Amino acid sequence: MTKKITIEPVTRVEGHGKVTIHMDAQGNIQQSRLHIVEFRGFERFVQGRPYWEAPVLVQRLCGICPVSHHLAAAKALDVIVGAGTGDGLTPTGEKMRRLMHYGQFFQSHALHFFHLSAPDFLFGVDGDPAIRNIIGIALTKPELAVQGVMMRKFGQEIIRATAGKKIHGTGAIPGGINKNLSIEERDEFLKGADPLNADKMVSWAQDALDFFKGYYHANKDFVDNFSYFPSNHLSLVRKDGALDLYHGVLRAVDADGKKILHDIDYQEYADYIEEEVRSWSYMKFPYLKEYGKEKGWYRVGPLARLNTCDFIPSPLAQKEFEIYKALTHGKPNNHCMLMHYARLIETLHAAEKIHELLNDPDLLGTDLVTKGTKQKEGVGLIEAPRGTLFHHYRINDNDQIEMANLIVSTTNNNEPMNKAVNNVAKSVMTGKEVITEGMMNAVEVAIRAYDPCLSCATHALGKMPLEITMIDPNNVVLDQKRSH
Amino acid sequence: MSNLIKFKIDGVECMAEGGKFIVEAAAENGIYIPTLCNMKGVKPKGACRICSVRINGRLMTSCTTPVTDGMEIESESEEIRELRRSIVELLFVSGNHFCPACEKSGSCELQALGYYYQMMVPRFPYEFPQKGVDATSSKIIKDQNRCIFCKRCIKTIKDEEGRSFFAFRNRGHRTEVVLDPVMAEKMDDATAQLAMENCPVGSILVKEKGFDKPIGTRKFDKQPIGSDIKL
Repeated sequence: MTKKITIEPVTRVEGHGKVTIHMDAQGNIQQSRLHIVEFRGFERFVQGRPYWEAPVLVQRLCGICPVSHHLAAAKALDVIVGAGTGDGLTPTGEKMRRLMHYGQFFQSHALHFFHLSAPDFLFGVDGDPAIRNIIGIALTKPELAVQGVMMRKFGQEIIRATAGKKIHGTGAIPGGINKNLSIEERDEFLKGADPLNADKMVSWAQDALDFFKGYYHANKDFVDNFSYFPSNHLSLVRKDGALDLYHGVLRAVDADGKKILHDIDYQEYADYIEEEVRSWSYMKFPYLKEYGKEKGWYRVGPLARLNTCDFIPSPLAQKEFEIYKALTHGKPNNHCMLMHYARLIETLHAAEKIHELLNDPDLLGTDLVTKGTKQKEGVGLIEAPRGTLFHHYRINDNDQIEMANLIVSTTNNNEPMNKAVNNVAKSVMTGKEVITEGMMNAVEVAIRAYDPCLSCATHALGKMPLEITMIDPNNVVLDQKRSH
Repeated sequence: MSNLIKFKIDGVECMAEGGKFIVEAAAENGIYIPTLCNMKGVKPKGACRICSVRINGRLMTSCTTPVTDGMEIESESEEIRELRRSIVELLFVSGNHFCPACEKSGSCELQALGYYYQMMVPRFPYEFPQKGVDATSSKIIKDQNRCIFCKRCIKTIKDEEGRSFFAFRNRGHRTEVVLDPVMAEKMDDATAQLAMENCPVGSILVKEKGFDKPIGTRKFDKQPIGSDIKL
């Protein structure tokens, strides 16, 4: 007799998903899947709209990292208005966008670490679910909760100053930006009252990293072995191989660090990447064409970025990067839970870059927009907090969008998340008949490490809880649990 | 010779030149009565009804009714506010007004009135009508989803010979305001810009320059609609 377990809804992630786990009569896991069951639609309803609306329209995909969609769309439209691919903007245009992006990274990573994942580190994967949340953190470690909230606030304020609003702003326009930074705004971030200033944020980012390192050293076996599996890794890198979250060339390495995608111009992404549709999920499965569906899938996000880049162009993050790389002797890191470690190094990098940019007089410049010979098609890539984000648009003769293709970070991580779910299910559920809350959360911890944005991935609307169900071969439900 | 007369709006003593339309006379006395189809310098026609007031028990449009001596006008009673709120709601549900992605957001008079009358969710069902976007002009886009048929573009956007760039097409439920294809070829940048500015909503958009006004500097970002009139 075989069984099917369903986890629905998945919690402390953005969007709505469920997990099904099929077991045979002996209780061995046969197959596990993460299903994204929401409606996908943005690529369709952006059709017919004037192209300059896209950065404002498509960012509504998400309320956590709308800036990434806003900027990826704007970068694609830079190509369409003849402003080049990323390096053709005015210094003020590019640096204001970068500041917006680092602000976004800082707030989104802080949200993920403190609000969504830290409860698992503080209270344990099988800790009491009643306190295993941000409220539990606020009650037991108030200083940590305040730090999380204020780091997020600082990032959001940077976004407000560059995009006009904390969520769903309008700063980036085709060919540049619609505002510069005022001296007052700059000084507020540089010299603001404690804790809301750039120095404090760098220091708090270091503290968060120390907190995770402490957790890691105390739980090394668990962290190292939790859902470990080798994979390819893909991200943008700067032309010289540096970590660059805003612009660069597309690089992929295999599990041993060998380059399998050689720093290509992302305008040609479609020559290298293909998406597979599977009937049980609204989320597609991208892979590198050259290596096929079985071997060409890859991971994106913090883990992947620190595996593909050669160095980090900010001193404190570079120092941490060297310590981190030493864990795997310079080889790619394939440990699922060390995604959190990589994320916090990026948080520190974002804080350092914010600090550096705020001291750059180009932000106060008035030359905001560049335009050149109009093109019909453009691709914009950016490293969103959750990984590489692709926006691709084609327009008609009347300036209306006639084709849009979005490959969002979570879609890129679809196959790895399914692998992660399968690994954890095998290790905690094999031979078990009854699902405990702890088992269910272990599966969610694996998904959560990727910081997925499930509604983003299907370009959907609505909330995102997760559910697990156990079903026998005759489709009789044996057990079912929901988390809210 | 001065032709000053006295009248009252919501009990407040006002004075204006006799024969002026109420909406203008009210503004001169620092009282805001909302308008959508009405524009200064253009013959009023009372199409949108948002400026409705009650005079001697009757509902009248204040953009087309001249003020007279001793007139008592009710404008901000709960009944009139409710009437105006429902007109705003009806305009929202009868088109496809998606403010989040509209570049006129923040400068849109319909949106500003929605805030002014504290519209939360329209009480009427959305029609979600099937409307098109005419982007064939090299200067502007005419988005029919957002048109409220105020006729401001037809009345104000004209060439030097007085010929209008815009016109009504079809009748009844199929009515739409369109850019005359022959006139469209004569449209210059300044005319296109004026057409966008005169449109109270986001139905007329100048091509290739959207969202260039940062949030915080748009028409209604700092003050609600009518603030320039209110004393």
